[in-house]
Amino acid sequence: MVAKRIIPCLDVKNGRVVKGTNFVNLKDAGSAVELSERYYREGADELVFLDITATEEKRKTLVELVREVAKVLRIPFTVGGGISDLSNIEELLKAGADKVSLNSSIVRNPGLITEAAKRFGSQAIVAAIDVKIVNGIKKVFIKGGKEETDLEGFEWCKRVCELGAGEILLTSMDHDGTRNGYDVEFLSKVVQNVTIPVIASGGAGKKEHFLEAFQAANVDACLAAGLFHYGELSIQELKQYLSGNKANIRI
Amino acid sequence: MIALIDYGSGNIQSVINALDDLQVDYIVTNRESDILKCDKIIFPGVGEASFAIRKLHLLNLFTMLRITKKPLLGICLGMQLLTAKSKEGNVCCLSILDTTTEMFEPSKVKVPHMGWNRVEIINNSPLFDGIENNSYFYFAHSFYVPQNENTIAISEYGVKFSAAIEKDNFYGVQFHPEKSGEKGIQILKNFIEKC
Repeated sequence: MVAKRIIPCLDVKNGRVVKGTNFVNLKDAGSAVELSERYYREGADELVFLDITATEEKRKTLVELVREVAKVLRIPFTVGGGISDLSNIEELLKAGADKVSLNSSIVRNPGLITEAAKRFGSQAIVAAIDVKIVNGIKKVFIKGGKEETDLEGFEWCKRVCELGAGEILLTSMDHDGTRNGYDVEFLSKVVQNVTIPVIASGGAGKKEHFLEAFQAANVDACLAAGLFHYGELSIQELKQYLSGNKANIRI
Repeated sequence: MIALIDYGSGNIQSVINALDDLQVDYIVTNRESDILKCDKIIFPGVGEASFAIRKLHLLNLFTMLRITKKPLLGICLGMQLLTAKSKEGNVCCLSILDTTTEMFEPSKVKVPHMGWNRVEIINNSPLFDGIENNSYFYFAHSFYVPQNENTIAISEYGVKFSAAIEKDNFYGVQFHPEKSGEKGIQILKNFIEKC
């Protein structure tokens, strides 16, 4: 069967990788092209690039960066941040990205998922969903976690699946940057109720958290950022550990 | 010279980058006259089968691809289009392989099949020279070519399906060699040098 994936995420601002806590307090972590090449060599299964300034400043995502990254990577990668229409998606896929992740734009226009999946195939369309608990309810946030919507997280996950998304990248804003582990309970509920792969995001702090997400929530992939960027945990070491604990991992 | 066919079906930049790595001569084209001048053909494809077939007809490539004697490597959708028919859009394909491209069953497995899966080589082929059996390759697809007499490697995803095929001068891989790290590059190298 298909292996569980380890996906380093690179939040990119002007070609540099940055990482914050709970979506703020950004810290520089190096060149995006250099870091991605390092992760490829270390055995990452896939990479995700999120242009975190894109939505906020209404800029188009960095097509040039995608081109540069595609030259060094021989594994798939996803790019997201401020992608709002089909021509934007086409431009990024043509530059060498395998998938795009859509967040704010699909909340504003859910039909975009269906249109994009029809045109580029659902495997190229990732629905990125940021959730945060507000008054006991998991609400969906957009614009890089800055704007609350009326959507409830679980219902939105089911909806994007019905609309034709190929994957869900599910980020718990409450867990993001805390390093206390993924939101296993919620992830598990989503995994059991959608028919597409789910990527866990937000909260990874140690090897055990990945194992927990794979085993207890049965997610298809785990995404992490800061943990890898600052060299605290190497992908090789993580994969050896997971494989040694009977997770189905590509070594 | 390799002809990399660009018929408007999906992203070929990654294949271009991989060919650049291998420092081979290639042209990206959708013209029959260019393809006829080349030694080998790479036939990629991401996207929807009936749309792709329509494009091949519009570009007048359909018949040429059916009867070519040049080594041809179909990648992903490119391999599926070698079958007689695809359930994706219920379209008649190139009929190199006497089988039908089927869809994974969403009630049994998550569709698309996306990620790294093991590939079991069941028949020797120059395409897999130097590749350890049961290596991982990267897949991203919702439809598959069932195991058949021309299958040279299989993978399992709810069902055992063709991960690679070989029939005469026609080769096909369901996975993306251009996205499968060093081993994927080796497959492309094998096609270019040994097939």
